[in-house]
Amino acid sequence: MRELPTTKPNTTQITPYIWEISPDYKKGMLVPARIYASAKLLAEMDAGVFEQVTNVACLPGIQKYSFCMPDGHWGYGFPIGGVAAFDAEEGIISPGGIGFDINCGMRLVTTNLTYKEVQPRLKELIDTFFKSVPAGVGCKGFVKVNKQQFINIIESGSQWCVDNGYGWKSDIERTEGYGVIDWADHTKVSDKAISRGIDQLGTLGSGNHYLEAQVARAKDIYDPETAKAFGIHSPDQVVVMVHCGSRGFGHQIGTDYLRTFEGVMKKHNIEVRDRELTCAPFQSKEGQDYYKAMACAANMAFANRQVILHRIREGFEKVFKTSAEKLEMNLVYDVAHNIAKLEEHDVDGKRKKVVVHRKGSTRAFPPNHPELCKLYKKAGQPIIIGGSMETGSHLLVGTEQAMKETFGSTAHGSGRMMSRAAAKHKFQGDSLLKTMEKKGIYVRAVSMQGLAEEAGSAYKDVDEVIETVHNAGISRRVVGLKPIGNVKG
Amino acid sequence: MKYRILDDVAIADVAFEIYGKDLHELFENAALAIFEQSADITTIKGEKKRSIDISSNALDTLFFDFLSELLYLKDAEQLLGKAAKVHIAQNKSEYTLQAEIVGDVISQQKHTLKSDIKAVTYHMFKIEETPKGWVAFVVVDI
Repeated sequence: MRELPTTKPNTTQITPYIWEISPDYKKGMLVPARIYASAKLLAEMDAGVFEQVTNVACLPGIQKYSFCMPDGHWGYGFPIGGVAAFDAEEGIISPGGIGFDINCGMRLVTTNLTYKEVQPRLKELIDTFFKSVPAGVGCKGFVKVNKQQFINIIESGSQWCVDNGYGWKSDIERTEGYGVIDWADHTKVSDKAISRGIDQLGTLGSGNHYLEAQVARAKDIYDPETAKAFGIHSPDQVVVMVHCGSRGFGHQIGTDYLRTFEGVMKKHNIEVRDRELTCAPFQSKEGQDYYKAMACAANMAFANRQVILHRIREGFEKVFKTSAEKLEMNLVYDVAHNIAKLEEHDVDGKRKKVVVHRKGSTRAFPPNHPELCKLYKKAGQPIIIGGSMETGSHLLVGTEQAMKETFGSTAHGSGRMMSRAAAKHKFQGDSLLKTMEKKGIYVRAVSMQGLAEEAGSAYKDVDEVIETVHNAGISRRVVGLKPIGNVKG
Repeated sequence: MKYRILDDVAIADVAFEIYGKDLHELFENAALAIFEQSADITTIKGEKKRSIDISSNALDTLFFDFLSELLYLKDAEQLLGKAAKVHIAQNKSEYTLQAEIVGDVISQQKHTLKSDIKAVTYHMFKIEETPKGWVAFVVVDI
């Protein structure tokens, strides 16, 4: 069995929040590795992060640096929190740099209700979501489609949902990439992936996925002007956040191509240090096929979160007996944190097309970026970073500095620091439920073991992660969001 | 011992070390590890049977494909497995596997559910014969 890494390399501190590992550290490194972290977060990072971020630095066509964000922890192949961009002509694409849960991501919707107005009906609201949004092992979705409809969904993403009554027109422009990656090609997806995913449209899944009602307290609104631009205009406003991905469909595509690529690397004379870094040249047939299949999975995830938003609106309508329009339930944004995107960035003074891999990392585009809709051109791109179910989450905005330094990328969450097995031994789902209810957070969960594994103490301090990205300048803090109700699988 | 979970490996995922006196037992115990991570198997009656027939020219890919198939069935057929009976034959360079899975169709009312496993990873993936029997190491993505 391979040895687990136990040692960490020396790092050079570039700024208070950037730590660099020289390419001399490991044979084969083409670029340095850079970790964005406070000194405290760096010290807490497991040795696996350092091994993985330096392994990624060896991949062909990598540009500038192999990055790890402050919420980084040991994943497989890429670290979670890993960001790497590869030359679109000469570089690779790696399924491990995206993850099995392709386009796992976040969605945030506002209401014009305050906590005071919601609290008396909170249990009813969360119970409604628990019934109407399927979660847990092997759950079946509430949107029933045939094969041709599923093919349309995986090629058109959010647009299919809006065309079929599962959303508002305005939802599209408030979704990353307008809710679709248009390279999607269903012929690059196996029948197995389709049959695995066809019944899962409108499901949360389990693990660290959730649907969470939150409140924007006055003291947590750090940037009132940007908060207003994003739809958070009053203190104690209630919002809802969703964290989920492409479900079994994406997982199967990830599995299929991980297997396919193994045979392909020899053909292209590529050697990798870790089997999970299996890759192919982006311009090869296999690389292009995977990108097109990945796009299908990404589109399914956008559609999944879109139909779940529809259920959230319906839930509020039922409980508060008024329309979602009157409740101003506008989508703030939907953003991916496991994905590869073909983007244009400045590299050493030249505009270059690169394949940016964000593995547990969120896009962070600045004001005036051409991809942003008119509504967000002035403010910049909303960034949604999820914390644990006990500590809450954050809304931030993208910056020019992110574009300059990290290919327009930032953190995605608080990052685990305790294994699932250890959390399971330490915490009890039933007691956690009671503790959280005493704190005013009402939780419904399909799995008590799953809940225990998601205890707040199993995660790093999200505030430290947010402070790091804010002080490093790659995102700007806008609003902190405190949990009041949660649905888990 | 059929398998154990390695507490200090794989922070966000689950790592198993699996044992078997022969290959069949190894594969059966690996299936059990997957099933017990997905649900409390004492709540599964075992009313559904499903067979798996796969082949590969390498043992490790056979193992990977077998475990991946269990995850596929969980989603595509809502099959919550309780136990697997596995038979493996080798003919020159090809391995063929026939397995029968016993389980139930997933029901949140009847079954105590645990983790929804997304995929088998290649992270530190290994299957090998030792003087004491077969050992495998697998990390699954939760």
